[in-house]
Amino acid sequence: MRVNFTVNGRPQQADDVWEGESLLYVLRERLGLPGSKNACEQGECGSCTVRLDGVPVCSCLVAAGQVEGREVVTVEGLADFARQRAEGCGTGACGTSLQDAQLWEARPSHRASDSQTGEGTELSPIQQAFIDAGAVQCGFCTPGLLVAADEMLENNPNPTDADIREALSGNLCRCTGYEKIMDAVRLAAARQGEAV
Amino acid sequence: MDFLRPASWEEALAAKAAHPTAVPIAGGTDVMVEINFDHRRPEFLLDLNRIGDLCEWEVGEDSVRLGASVPYTGIMENLRGELPGLALASHTVASPQIRNRGGVGGNLGTASPAGDAHPALLAAGAEVEAESVRGSRLIPIDEFYTGVKRNALAADELIRAVHIKKADGPQQFSKVGTRNAMVIAVCAFGLALHPETRTVRTGIGSAAPTPVRAKAAEEFLNAALDEGGFWDNGKIITPSVAQQFAELCSAACNPIDDVRGTASYRRHAVGVMARRTLTWSWESYRGTAARTEGAA
Repeated sequence: MRVNFTVNGRPQQADDVWEGESLLYVLRERLGLPGSKNACEQGECGSCTVRLDGVPVCSCLVAAGQVEGREVVTVEGLADFARQRAEGCGTGACGTSLQDAQLWEARPSHRASDSQTGEGTELSPIQQAFIDAGAVQCGFCTPGLLVAADEMLENNPNPTDADIREALSGNLCRCTGYEKIMDAVRLAAARQGEAV
Repeated sequence: MDFLRPASWEEALAAKAAHPTAVPIAGGTDVMVEINFDHRRPEFLLDLNRIGDLCEWEVGEDSVRLGASVPYTGIMENLRGELPGLALASHTVASPQIRNRGGVGGNLGTASPAGDAHPALLAAGAEVEAESVRGSRLIPIDEFYTGVKRNALAADELIRAVHIKKADGPQQFSKVGTRNAMVIAVCAFGLALHPETRTVRTGIGSAAPTPVRAKAAEEFLNAALDEGGFWDNGKIITPSVAQQFAELCSAACNPIDDVRGTASYRRHAVGVMARRTLTWSWESYRGTAARTEGAA
């Protein structure tokens, strides 16, 4: 079957989709967006977290046919999504094209004074904070955590540690012990507060 | 596999009548796991996401009519006052991502003895609104669970809503697991005080082939509270009464040994949760008789 839906602000179409296929599979294998990670395939690990009509969900548990006509944001579109949330869409094209999303890679910005490397402004604040806090080790859980953490900060700009733990309770990380991830989210929240 | 996408409830009923083997999918948090792991290859998937009514709820005089697909997040955020037990239970479901998708209709459809909503529904008192092209009926929650992952639905029926009694007193929910998130209950316990009828109702999860009430324990406690005039004098529940209640709750279990826990552990833990939830709810009843809000 064919599925039409919006990915990172742009209309997309996936063809030859099997009826029992997950949204995760469509994103990774049909649209070439491997940012959302495939790990447990049962909603336990959160590595495949995306936003479906704004709400964080495990894309491995959404049937492809269920996203017809709906809006999905993946980690590849997170930087543009965050920028447009902060600055508005302006006159240019909103969202992230499929090609840009497929080619997306982390190039940290200089915007934050304690940034480590790189140039350009391609990262969302939460992504920059993860790099600056050293919250990324093997990186497999990172995309899911970024999407979940970004959504929490959107709705709760001043989270307590308990709020952060609760919001990220569906995302497993086997490397970091979570402390650096907590640091990263606190850092992003603090920077967000300064910016206002 | 065919993917059926009814745009309305009537279309969904017609599709289910035409294809009784069709598997309804709403949040997908059970169905997709089975498909991903090749445990199930249904001939038809019946997507209910396009039917907006299923995500709505109405607060009535005595009960809440909760649409089958209202996600757990919606229950936690909007119905904590009316359905404190179910809101507490919802909060223990998996993770935010899962709570954003899963709902009580799916819990009932799957009818796993470990479903988190069941003890709260049993304790509060509820009826399942099931419908087919033949008509609609209300199934009392006590008659809904018929076996391990079996329920009273006919092959052509779909769950439209659950009618849950609004809390008239404190309610509690307790669950045993290895961490605070992402756990299938080792066992769970729900308790609701109903001061209007001067009764106590219970629900036990994951400790029998189906979710069950501890009816002998309820009868014992109702009689003991009545005899001692506890509903009027608001005294502390006598420890021996709480102990006897806990033992009767343990006795209501018919658990198995499995990877999550042994039968004897489950029996023991249900007794502990019964005593604790009774104490917590009774303390809030004593504190403010009108208070219906749950506590974690």
